[in-house]
Amino acid sequence: MTTAEKRLGNAANFVDERIGAAGWVKKSLNKVFPDHWSFMLGEVCMYSFVILLLSGTFLTLWFDPSQRDVIYEGVYEPLKGIKMSAAYASTLDISFEVRGGLLMRQIHHWAANIFMAAIVAHLLRVFFTGAFRKPREFNWILGILLLTLGFVEGLFGYSLPDDLLSGTGLRITSAIIQAIPLVGTYISFFLFGGAFPGVGFLPRIFTLHVLLIPGAFLAVITIHVMLVWYQKHTQFPGPGRTEKNVVGHPILPVYMAKAGGFFFIVFGVIAFLSAVASINPIWLYGPYTPGQISAGSQPDWYMGWLDGLVRMAPPWETHAFGHTVSWNILIPALIVPGILFTGMAFYPFIESWITGDKREHHLLDRPRNVPNRTALGVMSITFVIVALINGGNDILATNFHLSINQIMWFSRIGIFVLPPLAFVITKRLCLSLQRADRDLVLHGLETGRLVRMPSGEFVEIHEPISPQKRFVLTSHEQAPALELSATDARGVKRPGAIKNKVRARLSKAHAVGLPKVTSEDLKEIEHH
Amino acid sequence: MQDPGPAPHVMRNADIDPKAEKRAEQQVAILFGLSGVSSLLLIYSYVFIASDVFVFIPVMGSQNVQQLGLGLGMSFSLLFLGLGAIHWAKKLMPETEVINHRHEFRSSDEDRDELVKTVKHAAAEVKLGRRSLIKRSLGFSLGLFALPPVLLLRDLGPLPKKQLETTNWKAGTRLVTDPGNRPILASDLEVGAVVQTLPEMPDETERLLSDIAKDPVLLIRIRAEEFQLSPEKLAMTHDGIIAFSKICSHMGCAVALYEQTTKHLLCPCHQSTFDVTRGAKVIFGPAARPLPQLDITVDEEGYLIARAPFNESVGPSYWERNSQ
Ligand code: HEM
Ligand code: FES
Repeated sequence: MTTAEKRLGNAANFVDERIGAAGWVKKSLNKVFPDHWSFMLGEVCMYSFVILLLSGTFLTLWFDPSQRDVIYEGVYEPLKGIKMSAAYASTLDISFEVRGGLLMRQIHHWAANIFMAAIVAHLLRVFFTGAFRKPREFNWILGILLLTLGFVEGLFGYSLPDDLLSGTGLRITSAIIQAIPLVGTYISFFLFGGAFPGVGFLPRIFTLHVLLIPGAFLAVITIHVMLVWYQKHTQFPGPGRTEKNVVGHPILPVYMAKAGGFFFIVFGVIAFLSAVASINPIWLYGPYTPGQISAGSQPDWYMGWLDGLVRMAPPWETHAFGHTVSWNILIPALIVPGILFTGMAFYPFIESWITGDKREHHLLDRPRNVPNRTALGVMSITFVIVALINGGNDILATNFHLSINQIMWFSRIGIFVLPPLAFVITKRLCLSLQRADRDLVLHGLETGRLVRMPSGEFVEIHEPISPQKRFVLTSHEQAPALELSATDARGVKRPGAIKNKVRARLSKAHAVGLPKVTSEDLKEIEHH
Repeated sequence: MQDPGPAPHVMRNADIDPKAEKRAEQQVAILFGLSGVSSLLLIYSYVFIASDVFVFIPVMGSQNVQQLGLGLGMSFSLLFLGLGAIHWAKKLMPETEVINHRHEFRSSDEDRDELVKTVKHAAAEVKLGRRSLIKRSLGFSLGLFALPPVLLLRDLGPLPKKQLETTNWKAGTRLVTDPGNRPILASDLEVGAVVQTLPEMPDETERLLSDIAKDPVLLIRIRAEEFQLSPEKLAMTHDGIIAFSKICSHMGCAVALYEQTTKHLLCPCHQSTFDVTRGAKVIFGPAARPLPQLDITVDEEGYLIARAPFNESVGPSYWERNSQ
């Protein structure tokens, strides 16, 4: 035994005699992780969160979250002698007088954008592959919680520098709060510490941004990842893979090395972006004052779709009994996102109600094999994209010589027409992909080689695919739709007949698919 | 269809050829080495490059050299470190796949029954069902216990009172330019002029940001015959000069863009567009109400003043707003 080994052994012994961890650690290190590029999206979320914690902590060392007035005396000439908040002045100092400060600010901001993008990508992969099904519904809901926290955390972070752009964002936030019937005005006055912009909002959201919300993130991410650990990761269908096993690389050493290396690559890419691509140059916007605004103001991308919905809302307000209800704010900023997020959170249960499937699932779906779910996903993406386009309508108008009017009407109509259209097209596309799979299994791969038959005609040679591939393409199950008759055996209407009818309809739509190839089909072909 | 089992395992070059193994080892070492060199670049930039040196780089424009050195040094040291680790794992670490088995998550029936029994037993021992006096008083105390945390937040801010209904405009308040703080002679405004104004204050340093969030007024002069206003609204103008709140009636952004040719005011936040000739009527976008109009006239010296305060709340809507 070398001395190093001996030392390590002693240390391990010291710990184990006190908490008896060896058994548990041994078991954990034997865990395997299936390999697939899309399983790294969750990791990107986690790594960018760590990067946010590191860069954010660096910024807190110099940032002063105060709304107190100061006269700027720093090195940035154009703003010298101007009255501004201490928050804005200290952000200028971090950018110009702390070496590496600007780099850290840009790393923090890029990491936030990439964090949100990774969460969305991870969510889509979980959705389209059906990884949210039993027993993983908890993790799905925790994921939606993380996404929601991300929006709030991002909005607050973006508002801290107190520049003209972020102040405008807060003005809009306060208007949204004020629009809440009954209590909105009070909540707004309490949060801001008075009439907008108040005296207390920045220090308050600072505490939320650097302490409370990251703490909540940390707690939820820990549960999220521990559940993945405990329930074991899902895997794509393939030879040797079943609902009863998980095939992959063990934690030590391969997975550890790859995951560790991947952390540095994510960090490196974010640092590279921050080195070469400027993001949020607050010194160009100037300090916030409510009487001014910069044209073309844009929120971060993950807020853009909400802004787009607000922009396309019709000018509806109700005035009655001395009160005002602003539908033009409530619908796009609170009601629609509320419905969307609630629906998303409950989706696993909705789907299992539709299919009547209450079993555990550890093998992932190929999206084409569940056309209805895939189409629903693409439909939702289309909705968000139309909203996002409208959120950038002023930018699009100037860059592509369109009128804002045209883009607005395109969006107002498109938000109703395009998502259903996307649903129909996606569903068809899934079915034709299923047909392609079927052809591949039945007739093999087209080789492009032509041979001349004795009869004189040319035929293309088809090469059969490997048994492994054939298994991948045919191992999914095709559950039939639920049979729910509205009447019982004696022809009497059952209670809940309408509900059953709706459920049967949905179930039928969900079960649409081409019959997959069976081994009998193949035998038949071989006989010919 | 029958599961054919996994495809046969293919050995990597480095698994069978010692030379390839050596080569892979060297590649990993080079990557780690490059990472170290990049860190040195970062340290060099931090210590030796002044913070005010700029270079011009095509596409990127003028760049701060220290900033670029720090950023590139940092990113390459991270990237090479990561690439080295992954290359190592891919080329040299064992790559055989391992199989773990899964168990169903549902607990065994015995365990479940046991648990139910334990809980029931505990409940029976406490006799909660029969001690309704304790149950009710506990509910009472827990209910009240939940209130203080909410109550304690009350001092976060003042009550709204009339703050959203009132501005600093009073009968006789002079309009002063912002910035500049000068009173405005009506005769100095030419047709087509647009001026941002604030109510005059005895002491300019008293002006709070929350005042600037509701007081700004835009003065616009057009030819008087272009107005298409009701008699009351027309009476609130002075000689072709009309004054509107600059705070958007949608969500409170500053309505900053004025188009001379169309006489439209545009809010850059969500593009609500207001027609000046028709009393800032909304002609496009999500805003539901015209911008409030300020009643103006001139004092005996010819300076523009407010004849009366705003007769409605400025800025975004809120529940208590009486919009009739
Ligand atoms: C802060 C943000 C998040 C972090 C750090 C995070 C982290 C992770 C990690 C590391 C994994 C394992 C690797 C993988 O499957 O990709 C995972 C799995 C999972 N995540 Fe997330 N995630 C986040 C957000 C979300 C969101 C928004 C959702 C969905 C609404 C979600 C749902 C899930 C589910 C269901 C699994 C299990 C997947 C499986 O076993 O196949 N997560 N998460
Ligand atoms: S704030 Fe002016 S249009 Fe929304």
